[in-house]
Amino acid sequence: MNRALAQRLGFALLGLVSLLVVVPILVVIGVIVARGIVAINWQFLTTMPHGGMKEGGILPAIVGTLLLTLGTALVAVPIGIGGAVYLSEYARDTRLTRAIRLAIVNLAGIPSIVYGLFGLGMFVLFFRFGTSILAGSLTLAIMTLPVIISTAEEALRAVPQEFRTVSSSLGGTRWQGIRNIVLPQALPGIITGVILGLLRAAGETAPILFTVAAFYLPRLPTSPLDQTMALPYHLYVISTQVPGMPLSVQYGTALVLLGLVLSLNIVATLIRSYFRRKRQW
Amino acid sequence: MVGVTHVNALDQQAAKVKVEGVSYWYAGRQTLSDVNLTLPDRAVTVLFGPAGGGKTTLMRLVNRLNDFVDGTRMTGRILLDGEDIYASGVDVTRLRRRVGMVFALPLPLPGTVRENVLYGPRLAGEGNAGRLSEIVERSLTQAALWSEVKDRLDGPALSLSGGQQQRLCIARSLALEPEMLLLDEPTSGLDPISTAKVEESLFELKKQYAVVIVPHSVQQAARVADFAAFFLSGELVECGDGPQVFTAPRQKKTEDYVTGRFG
Repeated sequence: MNRALAQRLGFALLGLVSLLVVVPILVVIGVIVARGIVAINWQFLTTMPHGGMKEGGILPAIVGTLLLTLGTALVAVPIGIGGAVYLSEYARDTRLTRAIRLAIVNLAGIPSIVYGLFGLGMFVLFFRFGTSILAGSLTLAIMTLPVIISTAEEALRAVPQEFRTVSSSLGGTRWQGIRNIVLPQALPGIITGVILGLLRAAGETAPILFTVAAFYLPRLPTSPLDQTMALPYHLYVISTQVPGMPLSVQYGTALVLLGLVLSLNIVATLIRSYFRRKRQW
Repeated sequence: MVGVTHVNALDQQAAKVKVEGVSYWYAGRQTLSDVNLTLPDRAVTVLFGPAGGGKTTLMRLVNRLNDFVDGTRMTGRILLDGEDIYASGVDVTRLRRRVGMVFALPLPLPGTVRENVLYGPRLAGEGNAGRLSEIVERSLTQAALWSEVKDRLDGPALSLSGGQQQRLCIARSLALEPEMLLLDEPTSGLDPISTAKVEESLFELKKQYAVVIVPHSVQQAARVADFAAFFLSGELVECGDGPQVFTAPRQKKTEDYVTGRFG
């Protein structure tokens, strides 16, 4: 077989594999959009559910998911970036830091239901936060931390060592170099990690099952200690726990969750490309 | 004894740095062996020799940049104006402001020409706008770059040519008004014209500073050296007046290297 043919065959094969990845995603999105779009209207997005959740809107679930994501970000972003800066810039390669890294990798592999049970024991019962947005956000934050820490650490390590040396040689302390040079350079990568982590948190059901999610609560939360409905759990409830639920409401809810996650993703991509354009390296 | 050879020349030249019996180990390997050397003020001292001889290591010890490297050990003393820079309680940040360093590859920091020059002074707490613009003009002039960039101070530093970037890096060090300037192969990535400009600026700089340079060739070493020190495998083989070391070396090894028989 000649080399040109081999190359063409290789490319064709790789193209086919790419299609195998893309097609199922497009089908899933297509089905959800096609079946859910009829349910979407202003009332669906902005009113309380009623009539056994078969009528009305899903406002409390949307608000709940947004609040949980925000709460998760408030906890996980500063701790995650702080941890990454420590591991990448300050920690020496000791047995302790190797253990910490190993723990982070392993934490990322723990099933989310385990985080949910941990959150129940730790935040709901032990700290007596009750079933609340606070407990749910903390649980989601712990689940998100490994993703944020490991991607942010990667991004920090990708900044050339010489920048740190130059900053030091000009009389900068280690922190001044990190603050002025390293962090701004690593920002696009860090943002990517943060978004990936938060998106996963926004779509999770298991960690919020025992820690925050309400089956049916047709009012908006007023304090971090309130329970709330949330989109992923609401979707689970109306798909499996309520007989006779109209299909359009189920697909509509799925579409809203998908849209929320996708639009967060797009916002993140815009932020990232903005910072990447500002960066010169 | 090595280190004694240029004592006579040093009578007119105050010592800026004294390296006393310095040995250095990195990752279990000895990279400097009992080096004794005086670096004079207001003159260009050239540290030359084949790669891996310990020149860069010695230079980085003088402003303590090797503090960041794990797994190292040092014995001996390094005195700056008579004071041990490795004594406890030395303010390392202040030391690095006094001893500027320029690296082999020009590495402008992200940002504009002006921001690059002012990085050090700003960290040092200088906030006066008038003072800052004085610093920009003075440093860039000293580095022989002012006339080329005075109209694009707020343009990105990376838009400068390689030679201009390296002079910007020199200006960036000079902005801190150091007492001494260490240059580690500052022209290795530059074309001959840019190299000539950097060398020219050295002749101006040595009127005010103790200048130490690791050259990128023996020819360059001979061109710029007031004093020269030849390093081989972590040992200081010979040091003395530049012309003497390059035209009438005392040691066979130095002669072999200078005449191009190895290295």
